[in-house]
Amino acid sequence: MADDVKQKVIAILAEQAMLEPSDIKPTQSLEDLGIDSLGLVEAIFAIEEEFDVSVPFNANDPKAGDFDISTVAAIVGAVEGLKAAQEA
Amino acid sequence: MRRVVITGAGTINALGTSVPETLEAMREGRCGISQLDIRDVDRLSVQIGGQIHGYDEAEHFNRQQIALYDRFTQFALLAANEAIAQSGLTFAGDLAARSGVVMGTSGGGLNTQDENYRAVYEEGKNRVHPFVVPKLMNNAATSHVSMQHNLKGPSFTVSTACASSNHAMGQAFHMIRTGLADVMVTGGTEAMLCFGGVKAWEGLRVMSKDACRPFSATRNGMVQGEGAGMFVFEEYDHAKARGAEILAEVAGFAMSSDAADIVMPSKQGAARAIAGAVKDAGVALEDVGYINAHGTGTAANDKTECAAVADVFGRHANELMISSTKSMHGHLIGGTGAVELLACIMALRDGVIAPTIGYEEPDPECALDVVPNVAREAQVSVALSNAFAFGGLNAVLALKRA
Repeated sequence: MADDVKQKVIAILAEQAMLEPSDIKPTQSLEDLGIDSLGLVEAIFAIEEEFDVSVPFNANDPKAGDFDISTVAAIVGAVEGLKAAQEA
Repeated sequence: MRRVVITGAGTINALGTSVPETLEAMREGRCGISQLDIRDVDRLSVQIGGQIHGYDEAEHFNRQQIALYDRFTQFALLAANEAIAQSGLTFAGDLAARSGVVMGTSGGGLNTQDENYRAVYEEGKNRVHPFVVPKLMNNAATSHVSMQHNLKGPSFTVSTACASSNHAMGQAFHMIRTGLADVMVTGGTEAMLCFGGVKAWEGLRVMSKDACRPFSATRNGMVQGEGAGMFVFEEYDHAKARGAEILAEVAGFAMSSDAADIVMPSKQGAARAIAGAVKDAGVALEDVGYINAHGTGTAANDKTECAAVADVFGRHANELMISSTKSMHGHLIGGTGAVELLACIMALRDGVIAPTIGYEEPDPECALDVVPNVAREAQVSVALSNAFAFGGLNAVLALKRA
């Protein structure tokens, strides 16, 4: 199940970055992937649609809220957290 | 070149249903932003806006008119009526042929679209009212103002998102200045506070859920508003000859395109429009005492706008005052520059600078005199009104004291 979330998040980010999923490393940041603010908003939308969750994210202050977007691994962790909270 | 002056002003917005009511609210730093009262509001994550509460269209228009007037057209007509009444002009004969309407709007008849899409998609109806098209079209407001007041000269609608009304007023200014018209009714109107209109903005993740706090370190996004601002622009000698009261002179206008990003603002693009308007007005940078900011309350706009002002004015940037009245009436999108021009007129005529309310904490990236929270008395001879649209289209007007 955890791997499933990871693969899906990576697929979403890969599509946004126009890269192959295999080229994406967990330690990379969105900046490393060349994803700008519009790309980020679109990726978050895709995550919400894919996992049927609501991501707390305001583009005016990306660091606010509990959704950590600092690295690919952080995003995967944040989505897993949202999923867990939803299922709880 | 001919000189252009303002001889009438009208408005309806969340702060008031007339210019005097609106200016009083601005002087008092009153907030017109509140809980939205619209259909399906419970399905929105952003539930506040600068909505005109207690508005009853039946108080102003008859059944036949309501069948043809979307909310954005109604607002435009009410504001135009006030402006034209103040100017004292009636349009007939040669004057009618030399007078037109140029108005800005972004969403046009969005309520009409929203209601009718709902009818056919959600409710499954296969029939819509016969006037859907003439009601929703973006030029409907312009056309109804021209019909109501017999304005037969050049007339059209401008749509450049958040800069629509400044682009429109700039066009009106140029038309009189260059001799294409003697009088222009101009401004902007917007009625986007419907489920679809707010839902679309929500998607972009730039909206605040609690308040519009321009330039404050604690700002967290923009808040939508609605309404209209309309003005009578008139050739100077024409106004003088009939002894009209002159509210202010429209002295300069400049436009620029960032040619960079569809949503992120550019310091260079904004700076070119600001500097261009000052130059076009034929005044010195030091003469500018007040700027009505675009000041949306987003992280990106406010710091970029302050950097642009600092670049253009150098040391004088610390002397002038810059405030965002969006903190009070919200962002009227295609109508915003028109309502905000009222704050410029108030600064020039009454010596009162409208405040930026909701200001909580200084942001080192917005280190200008933003007139926090409380209006101020000051003598100003030149005022600017900034508008920087999504799509990187910038339009800045320069007004001079009459």
